[in-house]
Amino acid sequence: MKFSEQWLREWVSPELSTQDLAHQITMAGLEVDAIEAVVGEFSGVIVGEVLSAEQHPDADKLRVCQVSDGKAEFQVVCGAPNARAGIKVPFATVGAVLPGDFKIKKAKLRGVESFGMLCGPDELGLGESTGGLLELSATLAAGQDLREALDLNDQLIELGLTPNRSDCLSLRGIARDVAVLNEMSISEPDCSAVAPACDALVDIDIKAVDDCPRYVGRVIRNIDISRPSPSWLQEKLRRAGLRSIDAVVDVTNYILLELGQPLHGFDLAKLSGGICVRLATEGEKLTLLDGQELALRADSMVIADQEKALALAGIMGGKESSVTDQTRDIFLESAFFAPEKLAGRARSYGLHTDSSHRFERGVDYNLPMKAIERATRLIVEIVGGEPGPVAERTTAALPEPNHISLREARIEKMLGMPVAPERVESILEGLGLTVNRADGGWSVSNPSWRFDLEIEVDLLEELARIVGYNNLPVKPITDSLTIQAKPEAGIGVGELRRRMTSLGYQEAITYSFVDPAWQKALFPATAAVSLINPISADLADMRVSHWPGLLKAVSHNLNRQQPRVRLFETGLCFLPDDAGNLKQEATLSAVITGSRSAESWHEKGVGVDFYDAKGDLESLLNLSAGKEFRFAADEHPALHPGQSAAIFLDGEKVGVIGALHPSLVQQLDLGQSVYLFEIALSAITDRQVPSFKTPSRYPEVRRDLAVLIDRATPAQDLLDVTRSVAGSYLANLKLFDIYEGEGIDPQRKSLALGLTYRHSSRTLTEEEVNESIANVVRALEERFGATLRN
Amino acid sequence: MENLDALADEASQKIQAATDPRALDDVRVEYLGKKGSITALLKGLGGLSAEERPKAGAEINRVKALLSDQIQARKTLLEDAAVAEKLGKETIDVSLPGRGVDSGGLHPVTRTIERIEAFFGSIGFESVEGPEIEDDYHNFEALNIPAHHPARAMHDTFYVNDATVLRTHTSPVQVRVMENREPPLKVICPGRVYRCDSDLTHTPMFHQVEGLLISEDSSFADLKGLVESFLRAFFEKELAVRFRPSYFPFTEPSAEVDIQCVMCGGDGCRVCSQTGWIEIMGCGMVHPKVFESSNIDPDKFSGFAFGMGVERLSMLRYGVNDLRLFFENDLQFLRQFA
Repeated sequence: MKFSEQWLREWVSPELSTQDLAHQITMAGLEVDAIEAVVGEFSGVIVGEVLSAEQHPDADKLRVCQVSDGKAEFQVVCGAPNARAGIKVPFATVGAVLPGDFKIKKAKLRGVESFGMLCGPDELGLGESTGGLLELSATLAAGQDLREALDLNDQLIELGLTPNRSDCLSLRGIARDVAVLNEMSISEPDCSAVAPACDALVDIDIKAVDDCPRYVGRVIRNIDISRPSPSWLQEKLRRAGLRSIDAVVDVTNYILLELGQPLHGFDLAKLSGGICVRLATEGEKLTLLDGQELALRADSMVIADQEKALALAGIMGGKESSVTDQTRDIFLESAFFAPEKLAGRARSYGLHTDSSHRFERGVDYNLPMKAIERATRLIVEIVGGEPGPVAERTTAALPEPNHISLREARIEKMLGMPVAPERVESILEGLGLTVNRADGGWSVSNPSWRFDLEIEVDLLEELARIVGYNNLPVKPITDSLTIQAKPEAGIGVGELRRRMTSLGYQEAITYSFVDPAWQKALFPATAAVSLINPISADLADMRVSHWPGLLKAVSHNLNRQQPRVRLFETGLCFLPDDAGNLKQEATLSAVITGSRSAESWHEKGVGVDFYDAKGDLESLLNLSAGKEFRFAADEHPALHPGQSAAIFLDGEKVGVIGALHPSLVQQLDLGQSVYLFEIALSAITDRQVPSFKTPSRYPEVRRDLAVLIDRATPAQDLLDVTRSVAGSYLANLKLFDIYEGEGIDPQRKSLALGLTYRHSSRTLTEEEVNESIANVVRALEERFGATLRN
Repeated sequence: MENLDALADEASQKIQAATDPRALDDVRVEYLGKKGSITALLKGLGGLSAEERPKAGAEINRVKALLSDQIQARKTLLEDAAVAEKLGKETIDVSLPGRGVDSGGLHPVTRTIERIEAFFGSIGFESVEGPEIEDDYHNFEALNIPAHHPARAMHDTFYVNDATVLRTHTSPVQVRVMENREPPLKVICPGRVYRCDSDLTHTPMFHQVEGLLISEDSSFADLKGLVESFLRAFFEKELAVRFRPSYFPFTEPSAEVDIQCVMCGGDGCRVCSQTGWIEIMGCGMVHPKVFESSNIDPDKFSGFAFGMGVERLSMLRYGVNDLRLFFENDLQFLRQFA
């Protein structure tokens, strides 16, 4: 809502500067978004009367004009095509300063002296160029300062209104709040009844009784639509950003701005029979004022005559029945349409109008009568005509005031301080509420324009708002001191994140919606949740993994000369299952590429491999003390088939790790190997609380074994079997070397195991250790055909 | 005994000429060893008369002790020199950087959320999370935003289907908390939220932290106290804070909170559009209808809620001037927050 400060001051004019006024209403909940001057900065421009305009002797397009300031005559050379004798125009005299700090000096144009400049609207910041001079109303006196003559010392104040304050979508509403804030009253325009001058009447029949609780109409005959709107009206509309059309449209627009009542004027000659307010029939055709042809739905309300729909009620009029330059008799409509019925309807047709904006939020249901009288008076003033009597129909759906009880004790409880009863009453009454003292408080009813006041707390907000939020007390935080439980077995996401950052990873945050095609390339068999209205086609599916986003981030950085990238992300992934249920699973994922360590003097740039990623993941898993995670070779469409593993916890798959499939490396044009992992957060957010065991004071015995086994046998299997047969004195088992190649069977590999034995309460004997080693050797031979290597 | 003096001189010269422990030991053996020439003189004492013997013996022993001392001194000198040489060879350039892992860092959004969680955690607020694909009921209806409510236009909602949306705020988490727990309650709900809007100052995904406190006696004054002290703690500054009436369907009274611009100190700059104030968060007393939909008695309990945009706080705190940087994941950007 944008309004002119001058116009507001016609209603109520507190002694405040523009800035102070803006601050005051902002702090009362009507937030001022912008303040701008109605015209550009200029001075020294007066109303000039062109007395004569003669052809310039040496220039086809120039004219030499004699211009009067009411006292003296000035010669001015002018290039505007509409410069002619008899018109009044803005005259920038010598010494004037136009917008852009453009100073007007005496000049010679093609040999003819010129004392000043005649101006078009664009040259004064008054509007778009018309290609010529701005022709002023003939009623203005020559010589008058233009800013004063047109009342241009005015500001436009733009409000960012919240949807509950539909009452402030008019000058009247804003004035009401300003008056209460300054403890003043408003001066309302004359809305008294205009006596009928003819008895023309149109029948009104409301069939849509719930949608249209009130409909008021009136005929005005014999208007002269050729008469233009007066300049004050045109100027007010211009400042509101509206163009002057004809007097009927201008007046209805004016009333909308002034009182907040949308009105509509029909050409009476186009109506056949009386008005019928009804729901549309499915598919019914209506061509709107803007030329758009609609096929209506049956839930939409129309204003119709006996034959056809004339207008989409509360949203936009129809073209056929609109006022044109041929119109002589009009039918004026002023109605109340139920906000809850109209809500969303304009949008369902892709429309949004000043009228629908107001009706959806709620227009004063007692306003239609006042508004039609005010409109009639203005129309008749401008274009003449004979008004008929006002016809009004209401239905049982017409709202009634809400009776709200306001408990005095509640004020202090909610606001933190009491408000004096007299102040409570003056605030609420000032806002138009009816207030009666009742036991322990008041009984209050809301005015017809405040749809947002329904319950007690709504009134508390009004009190707080007018008293001023900043005048309400501030209480320091107090609380009973209790120690919050914080299970030690829990691992916070923060701890996991910190582990990742100490391993050299940067945390990334990627969009939860990803490019569907890219995600399909990584997860061809996984269905994703799609958005109905994505922001763009490449952000249309919800991620099933962090990988699509992280890989894009890798690509982004590789393309910006960052060849070593380590990123991780935590957050939800969205996995619909076959039954149509959606799993929103929190996971942690990471990606690495580039050299193992940052470029340095002590290490050559060795590229990362699978075991770097796995090592980092294990470091993360190690936080989950007491849990055994297992890795097993697995297939994954996004991963290298020979470098891909699933991670299991208690037999359940909780994650994956591997090298990005070379074809995807190529598709992203990464040019280097990339390793990824992803693990469910639920698997790594708890651990065992430590439980003490007495350290052994007896010496350890270490034995090393080198065995040859088939290359395809996973080392993990060997370790598992070793551990299971080595007996209870085995304290530690390490795989400390792997060898394949020269000197051994090409189908075999050599694994070196280090076994450490220890007893808690005595020294182990040589025989005990030998026996365990013998068991291990035998078991490895039986299970894997392992042979000892010398 | 002229012979003895000449021998002593000769030995002294050889001791001083020895340049390593081995050569020195050779000298020792040559003179003082079992077959050494000084030892031989001692052995030859037997051939002297009883009168001459004590004097000669004392003389030889004096020379022997002298040479022993000289050898020991020379040995210490040579050893010290060897150690010094070895240490010299082991000298390194201590200005070279050490080996180690370059650490990474948290995303500024996480860093900001963690700070917010720490402030509220210190006064007993628990951090709670919830689903991001949310049903219409929890995102709107339960928060007093029925279908077609004009307030829905304030949220440019992403739809998964008619009844399912990407949450437009983290308030639905608060609804879930109220459904599942009994007041008093103190929670904050950080997380991702989504709005169908993308331009210089909007990204379709961003982060919020919303808070909820419900007790038997909380008032707007408590809300003001909490919000003010949080903002001053967050910015580590005694900022001016102001509360303006606003509208959220789920709170009443509702307020927007402005802080004195942290960039210009309130003098007016580009960041605050010359107003000196920056809109930083929304808050208000929980609306009775919200209580009712979660079966909490609004006459017994009162409470307040507040919500803030994490990226905005982060931008103001660290001076980031472009919102879109938060989701590009450019290492040049991320590393600044390590």
